[in-house]
Amino acid sequence: MRFRADLPFERDQATRFVPWIVALMVFLGALALAAATAVGGAIDRWDTSLTGRITVQVPADQAQPKALARLVDTLVETPGIAKAEALSAEATRALVEPWLGALDADLELPLPAVIDVETDAGATFDVNLLTGRLAKITPGVIVDDHRVWLLQLIRVARTVEWISFAILGLIGLTAIAAIIFATRSGLAVHAAIINLLHVMGARDAYIAGQFQMQAMMLGIRGGIIGSVAAIIVLALLTAMSAGIDVALLPSATLSPTQWPLLVTVPIAAVIITMATARLTVLRALAGMP
Amino acid sequence: MLRFENVGMRYGIGPEILRDINFALEPGSIHFLTGPSGAGKTTLLKLMYLALRPTRGLVHLLGHDISLTPRSELPELRRQIGVVFQEFRLIDHLSAVENVALPLRVANVKQSTIDAHVRELLVWVGLGDHLDAKPPTLSGGQQQRVAIARAIINRPRLLLADEPTGNVDDRIALRLMYLFEELNKTGTTIVIATHNEALLQKFGHPVLRLNDGELDVVAGRTERLEAVS
Repeated sequence: MRFRADLPFERDQATRFVPWIVALMVFLGALALAAATAVGGAIDRWDTSLTGRITVQVPADQAQPKALARLVDTLVETPGIAKAEALSAEATRALVEPWLGALDADLELPLPAVIDVETDAGATFDVNLLTGRLAKITPGVIVDDHRVWLLQLIRVARTVEWISFAILGLIGLTAIAAIIFATRSGLAVHAAIINLLHVMGARDAYIAGQFQMQAMMLGIRGGIIGSVAAIIVLALLTAMSAGIDVALLPSATLSPTQWPLLVTVPIAAVIITMATARLTVLRALAGMP
Repeated sequence: MLRFENVGMRYGIGPEILRDINFALEPGSIHFLTGPSGAGKTTLLKLMYLALRPTRGLVHLLGHDISLTPRSELPELRRQIGVVFQEFRLIDHLSAVENVALPLRVANVKQSTIDAHVRELLVWVGLGDHLDAKPPTLSGGQQQRVAIARAIINRPRLLLADEPTGNVDDRIALRLMYLFEELNKTGTTIVIATHNEALLQKFGHPVLRLNDGELDVVAGRTERLEAVS
């Protein structure tokens, strides 16, 4: 792809590395955005899947069916709780199976009884108050509100997400600085022709437009290189993480709706490159009579 | 057309290159600008084609006081000035056609108009067989004709030529002078900077003579000059 330029850009050594700067910017930017998006997606999943549930543990020696039924009744009557259900002994054994292996039903292992509680959307609880009420029925009851540790986890994940965006911003700023340098170098190299165009009556925008078009060409070239590299790396990560089944860790893969988001990186890179070149030239030309 | 009043020019904090320059060019006039090397001819020409602004004094061009004219309006004024540089300043990677078309492209003239006018002018200056030639493949005389064609393609009201005969033999220098006179007959105001005393004598146009940054105005045989005292 070429355009007809008055300035001999093809002889300009300084702009030769611009596509590689843009390629690096797009590659790192796409990875940072993918990381931020994946973490953000995981946070959303944790939010929706876990915040609607709490768990009540009843010590094994207190877990008589009558007591469990009273606890379930009390929970169901509590405002904000949609559903409460005592898990069967088999279901409780299944919960610990990943850590202890398959347990024999006859084994005298004192597993606590578990009541799975589903809360109304957006409902908030005073866990201490609820624990106190349930303990009056059955001493030693423990109420696990997943939100407490989940909020800490989400806070960490949000930090990772913002760091990713900050890295994305830094990559952009570094690229802008490099493009300003390359453009200024181009202005020096082509000073004679720029002066000639100026004397002929060229407006600043005409000359800046030439640099802008050149920057667009270089940006597109770099954007394609960086995008291809990023797609290869992300596809490899997707393939490698496909076999890993860790429920809590954010998936390294992007969903079908997140992949198109990556297209914004090369587009933004080209726009940044063009705008930086144009503004740099306009600023320099403003010093001419 | 063009008037300088008490114009002074210095670069940075250096000495004044030009001091108290006063003259006026009437529309349709033709003048020589001469003086020894280092007298300030090129600086004076740069002030005329608005590549520089004077450090003091007033420059009036085509009815505009340049010091009061907004920067955004200067390109329109520059498009009414044609300049032939001593070293031609052709753009090597563009063809003769593209070089000559440049002032029109800069002025956003339609491509169809550019195509028609540029080729016609190049044929007129005798370069019909070299339309697509790049400057490095042309001889000095041919390059000069491309440079002149570029300077006059947009029918400038003021044509400035810096030592146009400096790099050519006497025969071509004479032909160039006749060409300038032909252009002058069409109403173009012309200033030709030259060292060539023989040309001054032969053509007898009024002379702007620079000496150590100061200007003497000498009326020529054609008596078109009206100097500002």
